[in-house]
Amino acid sequence: MDEEYDVIVLGTGLTECVLSGLLSVEGKKVLHIDRQDYYGGESASLNLQQLYEKFKPGKEVDASLGRSRDYCVDLIPKFLMANGELTNILVHTNVTRYVEFKQIDGSFVFRYGKPSKVPATEYEAVTSSLIGLFEKRRLKNFLQWVANYKEDDVATHKGLKLDIDTTDAVYNKFGLEEGTKNFIGHAMALYDNDEYLQQPAREAVERVVLYCQSVARYGKSPYLYPLYGLGELPQGFSRLSAIYGGTFMLSTKVEQVLYDEAGVFQGVKLSLDGEEHVVKAPQVIADPTYFPEKVSSSEKVIRTISIVDQLPLKNGETSAQIILTGKETGRKNDIYIALIGSEHKVAPQGKNIAIVSSIIEGDKPPHIQLESAFKLLGIKAFDRTFMGLSDLFAPIEDGSKDNVYISKSYDATSHFESVTEDVKDIYFRVTGKPLKLTKLEEGEFNAQA
Amino acid sequence: MSATQQEPRFAQFKLVLLGESAVGKSSIVHRFVKDSFDDFRESTIGAAFLTQTIQLDENTTIKFEIWDTAGQERYKSLAPMYYRNANAAVVVYDITQEASLERAKSWIKELQRQANQDLVIALAGNKLDLESERKVAKEAAQAYATEEGLLFFEVSAKTGQGVKEIFQSIAEKLPLESQIKSKSQPKSVNLQRPSTNNQSSCCS
Ligand SMILES: Nc1nc2c(ncn2[C@@H]2O[C@H](COP(=O)(O)OP(=O)(O)OP(=O)(O)O)[C@@H](O)[C@H]2O)c(=O)[nH]1
Ligand SMILES: [Mg+2]
Repeated sequence: MDEEYDVIVLGTGLTECVLSGLLSVEGKKVLHIDRQDYYGGESASLNLQQLYEKFKPGKEVDASLGRSRDYCVDLIPKFLMANGELTNILVHTNVTRYVEFKQIDGSFVFRYGKPSKVPATEYEAVTSSLIGLFEKRRLKNFLQWVANYKEDDVATHKGLKLDIDTTDAVYNKFGLEEGTKNFIGHAMALYDNDEYLQQPAREAVERVVLYCQSVARYGKSPYLYPLYGLGELPQGFSRLSAIYGGTFMLSTKVEQVLYDEAGVFQGVKLSLDGEEHVVKAPQVIADPTYFPEKVSSSEKVIRTISIVDQLPLKNGETSAQIILTGKETGRKNDIYIALIGSEHKVAPQGKNIAIVSSIIEGDKPPHIQLESAFKLLGIKAFDRTFMGLSDLFAPIEDGSKDNVYISKSYDATSHFESVTEDVKDIYFRVTGKPLKLTKLEEGEFNAQA
Repeated sequence: MSATQQEPRFAQFKLVLLGESAVGKSSIVHRFVKDSFDDFRESTIGAAFLTQTIQLDENTTIKFEIWDTAGQERYKSLAPMYYRNANAAVVVYDITQEASLERAKSWIKELQRQANQDLVIALAGNKLDLESERKVAKEAAQAYATEEGLLFFEVSAKTGQGVKEIFQSIAEKLPLESQIKSKSQPKSVNLQRPSTNNQSSCCS
């Protein structure tokens, strides 16, 4: 095998695969390694057999659940915002040719003891049962202000300064009640706690815009989800990378990371079919598991995966997101529930996957912390539930000293916006220039018989 | 239903190529799609897949969407997405390399385990022009193919011998009706469709 590369990538999670693809397309010579024998790392989708091996080792697979390979269960539940940055990257790189997407049927927020649809259009807002009559008017005014806001037209700003005024101040300008603030911030801007209220309003406004535009794009909900699970995404980007010359090695153990005297990355020593090879590159991109000594963790996320027969939805929806806001459940952080099933080909007919996630608070056992979600889902016994706790790792340094660029763990948010931010940030640090997406030429040629 | 048979029919199928590195997978595709051969072929940069249409009979056209491995099989790193939903697979070995037939057999096992139930599999022994260096007897490979219910061919991407026949035979064996019907399944969204909205239509 070749010994010199421009970039070595360790781990085939989504962040790593998107970067691998983007860099290969630019003509960089990429070597991409994973210690496991499947693509995706933390962002893989597992079949039933693999799910049991990971979470209930030694336990026999429940035969009544059907064929193992009919399941594609995400370890980390997320949806794509229809108008979000990942969609943008998929379109520009033509990875859409390998992955099919379907809409998620609904976006719900749990209030007054039941899930209610999140209004995302003015029409839905004024007809929603979630909001009182007078409040509807105020919400409408707020949404109109957001829609009409133009950076270079001060008249549309209504005297508000997005980089100075806090989100709470903006809400107050429109006279919004607590319940409505909670609703906008958590169900539309998708903040999972209330710290954003005291931050400058720009980010919150941008998030509301993204939400509304995403709903407007295909209707129903702002979310898209790939057939066969999120694990298709890293695979799609890895194929992109391979087509542009990237070399892929799975089941390959990194025996040693090589540094020079100054501690700058030089390459890695790996074993291939029992033989040792040294491969060199000036830079390495890796997920946190490859450099445990260079990352730290501040929070833990709990994620539980349940296989359920019925969904707690009234209007025939087969997929949804339900948000249980901290206000409803007496927690600081929201609980997210992602519901998907055979429509998205992640489970056989009649079975559904329900993934519940949140940030861990205090030391009560996880299943107690998520009690309200299990109640909503009608889950009493946990024999079809798989629980996992994961640390949210982030790199301690930015890689400028040692040329080791480490991605962040996938956080508790319900979509990919923070993942693509990390992609862009690493791209900038690795290449020294901001990521500019240009539409790729169709890499295909046709011939007539 | 003789009436409907008069209407022009069109079906599209996904076909994947598998086999050890350097057996000539890309060369076979290029012979089929471009009718050309290159002694010093390098992987096709930027080709997601190649397409080629075949006229099966007067009113039946079949379009193959042909996926090449892009080299991901070199270190046994092919993504499952590659053969997901494939309708046909051509598993290639090199008649001058015995080990390449063994590798082909393990790919076939993998396909039978993982892929579509009604996947049409063809086994193709390539480099037939190198008859003098042959290491794999035709009879042995043929017998294996028959036992496993595979189509079998010996071909040369270099001279073109037998290449068209692989695709022609596969086309004849594909379940045309079900493919045409399955077109009416619930649609997935088209991300390539340009977004119709802009900020001003948000929330209003
Ligand atoms: N003599 C002869 N050489 C061939 C034939 N087909 C392919 N080759 C040569 O075999 C080598 C490998 O061919 P490729 O088509 O690149 O093989 P591949 O299976 O696509 O290889 P990877 O992309 O590495 O997996 C090239 O040097 C070709 O010129 C053939 O029919 N006869
Ligand atoms: Mg090739």
